[in-house]
Amino acid sequence: MTTTAIAAPARFERSSWAKRALGAVSDIWSMTRRNLVHISREPMQLSDVTLQPVLFTVLFVYIFGGAIPIPGGGHFVDFLLAGLLALNLVTSTMGTAVGLSTDLHEGMIDRFRALPMWRSAVLVGRSLADLLTSCLCALIVAITGFVVGWRPAAGVLSTVAGFALVLFFAYSISWVAACVGMNSKSPESAASFGFIVLFPMAFVSNAMVPTQHMPGWLQAIANWNPVSAVVAGARHLWANPNPSAAIHVWSMQHPVETSLLWSVGILAVAGPLAAHFFRRRTIE
Amino acid sequence: MDSAVIEVEGLTKRYGKTVALAGVDFSVSGGTIFGLLGPNGAGKTTVVRILTTLALADSGRGRVAGIDVVRHPGEVRRLIGVAAQDATLDPLLTGRQNLVLVGELSDMGRGPSKARAAELLDQFELTDAADRVLKGYSGGMRRRLDLAASMMTRPPVLFLDEPTTGLDPTSRQRVWVAIRALIDEGVTVLLTTQYLEEADALADRVVVVDHGKVIANGTPLELKEASRTAHLEVTLAAAHPAAVEAISPHVVGEVTVSEDGRRLSAGVDATTGLATVVVRALDGAGALVDNIEVRRPSLDDVFFSLTGGHLPDEEEPAQMEGTHAVSADGYAADGIAGEVRIHV
Repeated sequence: MTTTAIAAPARFERSSWAKRALGAVSDIWSMTRRNLVHISREPMQLSDVTLQPVLFTVLFVYIFGGAIPIPGGGHFVDFLLAGLLALNLVTSTMGTAVGLSTDLHEGMIDRFRALPMWRSAVLVGRSLADLLTSCLCALIVAITGFVVGWRPAAGVLSTVAGFALVLFFAYSISWVAACVGMNSKSPESAASFGFIVLFPMAFVSNAMVPTQHMPGWLQAIANWNPVSAVVAGARHLWANPNPSAAIHVWSMQHPVETSLLWSVGILAVAGPLAAHFFRRRTIE
Repeated sequence: MDSAVIEVEGLTKRYGKTVALAGVDFSVSGGTIFGLLGPNGAGKTTVVRILTTLALADSGRGRVAGIDVVRHPGEVRRLIGVAAQDATLDPLLTGRQNLVLVGELSDMGRGPSKARAAELLDQFELTDAADRVLKGYSGGMRRRLDLAASMMTRPPVLFLDEPTTGLDPTSRQRVWVAIRALIDEGVTVLLTTQYLEEADALADRVVVVDHGKVIANGTPLELKEASRTAHLEVTLAAAHPAAVEAISPHVVGEVTVSEDGRRLSAGVDATTGLATVVVRALDGAGALVDNIEVRRPSLDDVFFSLTGGHLPDEEEPAQMEGTHAVSADGYAADGIAGEVRIHV
């Protein structure tokens, strides 16, 4: 059997662990930039993190504002903002599902797979680009909220921590969305994830209304819904009205801890699962 | 003896019930262009996908530069460039951004990636369109950019899956020039094509695959000679009674004579010096020759005789067989000949 005499150029030589880690970081950065370029090409993709938050904030504040009494008192807008932030961020993770599904349905993925890159950079790059758009979304919610009268009563650090808490949760959900995106037959069916899972999840919670007004069984679900913990945690950190604090359930008594546990737990399961689905989806 | 840069041994692959590859063997010498020729659905793309680490064979081995494609896919990816059959570039990035992305993901670094991208854009005459989003590119431009992307890292081994399918003649010529230029750089190229003309023009060696099997293997010339179906045509100044008798010993089968008796044609063995022999024989019989032509078989003729008749631009053979079988069953089971007539 004859063998080859191809001399590998220096950069093709087997690299050390550290070099590979560095390569992975650079791959992630390249993929993140690619996805950001996509957004700049089709700015309408951004409407659900730019127009939707403005619309939701204004509509909810002025329509429900006078109708919903807050147990324990306080302004409705101060109560509502954490809920709006969670609603917008959680539902926008649908974009991750659609984006990945689109990538998988175009030939592009084959090009990536034949390159000497870290394959999971496709996933991580997507999730980081989506995290950046989530940050933009959070900023827009905050500004719109400020305009219609929302005021956090806590210090700057605590307020920023409240935003970070919700962003971290949305990031963990974006990995669930990634799993969905890789298992859906088309980008369109990936989009249905938003309506079937994310919207009910965001609404059956304390995000829009105090759970005290819900029927008993729904209240139980809402109190243990991770979204409720995240929203209550943000209200707590912003020192805004937080009626859930009066509910004697562990998750509502320790919303920040509960919220972090959920986020870490979801990430720990959905992250490796997404990598697994990606491998399975791309093997022949 | 040349060293083999691509080695394929007994590859088999099924997709569900469809047999894509039924045992394919070949090897490609370093610094040559190798043509994988066959009709749609013959298994060409499957071979490429296995060798480029995109698919796993059910059995058999593939090695690129001596490296097993299953055991060390990462190493193989560092040595190869791939231009797949469907354009695999990002439609929302510009041509330049696409190339730079490929370079960066291949660890070339941003600066060198940009420089190499500019070089390739120039080589493929895409500089004017370099900063336009891919959506606005024509099919030929996309194909050229795809080729450029496969060459970003100057890989020593290149896989081109139907690089000119769907291109107009001018674009095809440009791609051919680019592929030939690679040989000067010592690159080993495996290209698949349905165009015999393309294999003839580019490849040093050709393997013909059909139904997942290698049915012929050799240089384009060897393949043509193997089929021995050259065609002789002689035009005489005037009809001559002894002409047929004179050339009969040198041809295969019957000699056909035109109505006016001036044109004689026959199948011949494609041996060297044949025209001289025929002219001498006719001259000896006293016949004046106006014109003589020995037409070598085109690869099309070879292909046609090897694959048993289905042309490369036909439907996928497996599908066609399926359709035939079904309609045959239809006749037998239901006797619905009338329905067939309606279709006709």
